[in-house]
Amino acid sequence: MKPEPIWFQPPPPPSRPPAAPGRPAAPPVEVVIDGQRATVPGGSTILDACRARGVDIPTLCFLPTLTPVNVCRVCVVEVTGSRVLVPACSRRVEPGMTISTESERVRVSRRMVLELLASSVDLSTAPGLHDMMTRYGAQPERYGPAAVPAAAGARDRREPGHHQAPDGARAETVAQPVKVDNDLYIRDYSKCVLCYKCVEACGVDAQNTFAIAVAGRGFDARISTEADVPLPDSACVYCGNCIGVCPTGALMFKREHDMRAAGTWDESKQRTTDTICPYCGVGCTLSLHVQDNRIVKVTSPADVSVTGGHLCIKGRFGFTFVEPPGKDSD
Amino acid sequence: MSQGALNYISRRLTVPPAELWGVVTFYHLLSTKPRPPIVAHVCDDIACRIHGGEALCESLEQIMGPPGAHGENGRATAWMRSPCLGQCERAPAALLTVAGERPRTITLAPVEDGTASIVDALRDPPDTTDTRLGARAPDERQRRVSRSVPQVGQAGMRLIGRIGRVDPTSLEAYRASEGYRGLARAVEIGPAAVIAEVVASKLLGRGGAAFPTGRKWDAVAKAEARPHYLVCNADESEPGTFKDRLLMEEDPFALIEGMTVAGYATGCERGYLYLRGEYPLAAERMAGAIAAARAAGLLGADVMGAGFEFDIEIRRGAGAYICGEETALFNSIEGKRGEPRNKPPFPVQVGLFGRPTVVNNVETLVNVPALLREGGAAYGGIGTEGSTGPKLFCVSGEVARPGLYEAPFGITLRQLLDLAGAAPVRAVLLGGAAGVFVGPADLDVPLTFEGTRAIGATLGSGVIMVFGESVDLLDIVRRIAEFFRDESCGQCVPCRVGTVRQEELLARLRARRPLGSDAEEMALLKDLGQVMRDASICGLGQTASSAVESAIFRLSIAGRRA
Ligand SMILES: Cc1cc2nc3c(=O)[nH]c(=O)nc-3n(C[C@H](O)[C@H](O)[C@H](O)COP(=O)(O)O)c2cc1C
Ligand code: SF4
Ligand code: SF4
Ligand code: SF4
Ligand code: FES
Ligand code: FES
Repeated sequence: MKPEPIWFQPPPPPSRPPAAPGRPAAPPVEVVIDGQRATVPGGSTILDACRARGVDIPTLCFLPTLTPVNVCRVCVVEVTGSRVLVPACSRRVEPGMTISTESERVRVSRRMVLELLASSVDLSTAPGLHDMMTRYGAQPERYGPAAVPAAAGARDRREPGHHQAPDGARAETVAQPVKVDNDLYIRDYSKCVLCYKCVEACGVDAQNTFAIAVAGRGFDARISTEADVPLPDSACVYCGNCIGVCPTGALMFKREHDMRAAGTWDESKQRTTDTICPYCGVGCTLSLHVQDNRIVKVTSPADVSVTGGHLCIKGRFGFTFVEPPGKDSD
Repeated sequence: MSQGALNYISRRLTVPPAELWGVVTFYHLLSTKPRPPIVAHVCDDIACRIHGGEALCESLEQIMGPPGAHGENGRATAWMRSPCLGQCERAPAALLTVAGERPRTITLAPVEDGTASIVDALRDPPDTTDTRLGARAPDERQRRVSRSVPQVGQAGMRLIGRIGRVDPTSLEAYRASEGYRGLARAVEIGPAAVIAEVVASKLLGRGGAAFPTGRKWDAVAKAEARPHYLVCNADESEPGTFKDRLLMEEDPFALIEGMTVAGYATGCERGYLYLRGEYPLAAERMAGAIAAARAAGLLGADVMGAGFEFDIEIRRGAGAYICGEETALFNSIEGKRGEPRNKPPFPVQVGLFGRPTVVNNVETLVNVPALLREGGAAYGGIGTEGSTGPKLFCVSGEVARPGLYEAPFGITLRQLLDLAGAAPVRAVLLGGAAGVFVGPADLDVPLTFEGTRAIGATLGSGVIMVFGESVDLLDIVRRIAEFFRDESCGQCVPCRVGTVRQEELLARLRARRPLGSDAEEMALLKDLGQVMRDASICGLGQTASSAVESAIFRLSIAGRRA
């Protein structure tokens, strides 16, 4: 008996998953960077264009995985015809732009931005910034001795508007006690340069939890939870993505913080091992930072497409089960 | 704002609580801690300082204790220091905020009997939004207004012609004095021709940046994205400025007409009036005028029966100078922190709610009906080649007749000071806190955008603040630095930290306790000025050093104490 003919032949599966129709690529743009003519892809930022040609521009608040907020202003460059300097991290190239990345004006602004930061913020755990300060000759001592640190919570209670006029003998800073309110990570806002990265990572750029935001105004602006409650009472889910993006060590694993306090933190003795998180099927890459045969910190490489550097609480903090019992102090 | 209120708002508007907290802690008229129901905000800014505002604050401190006292002790009242309240022509000024069953704000200006008036008002808040200009009886009103607008009743005034003469609460009175003739002409000639008229008049924005209004309108009219929005910037918080307030209080329909024409020409169906929170009388009069215009079919789905839709919504600020910056203002209307956005993109491409947006100052828009009545080209003939039309000047400080003056561009500073009756002057601050000090040698400068630029100064929003020989200028300069520190949004490093360092430096100069040598301090001041000017995101940081540097380097006041 002849089999029934198959009347419907499904089309062969596509070799590639269907994608939205591409937008027309922006035509390449001719610019001049530090006196050199260059053809760069249209729509790229000045920073992309310069880095692609090996021209180094320092950045602080910029991270390729986050939306640029252009607030730190260390990346400013001079563009001929522009009244003010422009932020390289977010300004897009335009045809005929003439860009100077190390002119005298640029150097003064970068030096001053670094001086202003270093005179008001504790940069001791931000080694990248020290190199920049040497490069631009920043002298944060020019502003006088640092003022007395604020009492715990005092900066968080400040209201916008009128403040007590200073006498100028001491330089106002953001110094304040470390916030230790949970077992996983600490917040030391004496080290905060207000780069907005943690807020972005907690928001639409990665975590979508919106546990933290910038509160207050002016020099009293700060990162805060809702109504300044401790982290355990906030919406925080301890993904640690804010720690991953913080450039100054203001947000830090509690374990690292405790080891630094005890004087046992030693990066020269640390090894980093990449592995895959064992908890779920997503397969996030974990970089385990190991010192003295103990995991001291977990990060994820920002250039891994699965994570973009971001993890969840299990991958970030759920490592103590590999440790011998009894050694676990957290 | 109590925790319960915050929770409610957060849920109702589906805003994350942490973000809401960020917004509420940004505006200084909002508080997250319990405040007594009645608070007096006493101005200690420049003009009031000259007229005893600081002395007032000091005696209040003796009577009521330190400023900003919170309600812990169960008291019903408190007082706080405030930046300029926009009442400088009748300094010293104070603003009362009253919470409770009938929340309202009340302007006390001038505070005539020192602390007694404030203490009395705190005990028994007056039942008006403005203790002086809120009067109802017409002749009484004219008498009172003439103290704020000395030229009341003079012929040939284009912008202030109705002030004191025409009842600001009556649409009929407005229509009877050439009102709505500008809009009628606009509808007759069509949107493209209206823009052509504005271009022909060479009208420059009066908010401080002096951008050609015609070009702005043209760009939005041609923008493809829809809808288009119109925003009238009535945030007026530049110390020394009060022109927009008086226009809105005394001639509200003229602004409505101007906004309607702008909306018609640029294809906006909705206009927002971002009104400074500290202006209760202006808010009352504008709300009344908008309701009256709507009832008469001059706003709404079919304006004047001409087949286009336009309506106006008032949004009130809550105490933040930076919200006068156009992109910060958009964020504020959108319910966010008033942090300026980086430009480009410019508002004409990506503005309010990400849409093409026309943003104009109150005075700019009030020029529009007059311009259409007279014809753009004729209007462009007033004033000088580079600065056309009539201009409002806010004269305050040590003059016999402080107030709002209208004059064509090109009047010299000396002529204007003669009108206002200035004694010998030591210095004049042009353009407000973001402006520049000039000395007695500069009095013949023509008051135009190009004339002031030629002497390295600025016209800004038209502030002319006069200082005589007895004023402690270094104290004034220190107050300006304090203002910028208080009002910086805190987003970018040069301004957030730079304004603090600048204030500290001036405190050292005033106390004659320099760090290192005087030369080092001057070098530091220059460096601070340069980084704020070059690397700040917005105009606040970019101009935060301009008045300070001009006072120190142009008037050399550092070595001299009055
Ligand atoms: C810090 C700062 C404050 C400002 N405040 C005001 C203001 O109170 N009122 C105003 O009209 N423009 C203000 N501006 C200017 C506005 O950004 C904008 O240029 C203006 O509203 C445009 O209107 P115009 O073209 O009619 O002048 C301010 C700008 C800056 C940088
Ligand atoms: S740990 Fe995660 S959820 Fe908590 S504040 Fe940081 S980014 Fe937000
Ligand atoms: S805590 Fe770190 S990431 Fe967050 S704003 Fe401060 S410096 Fe930036
Ligand atoms: S210049 Fe000042 S006010 Fe403007 S964005 Fe920067 S910090 Fe905010
Ligand atoms: S890196 Fe560009 S402004 Fe911060
Ligand atoms: S109202 Fe006091 S200075 Fe303007």
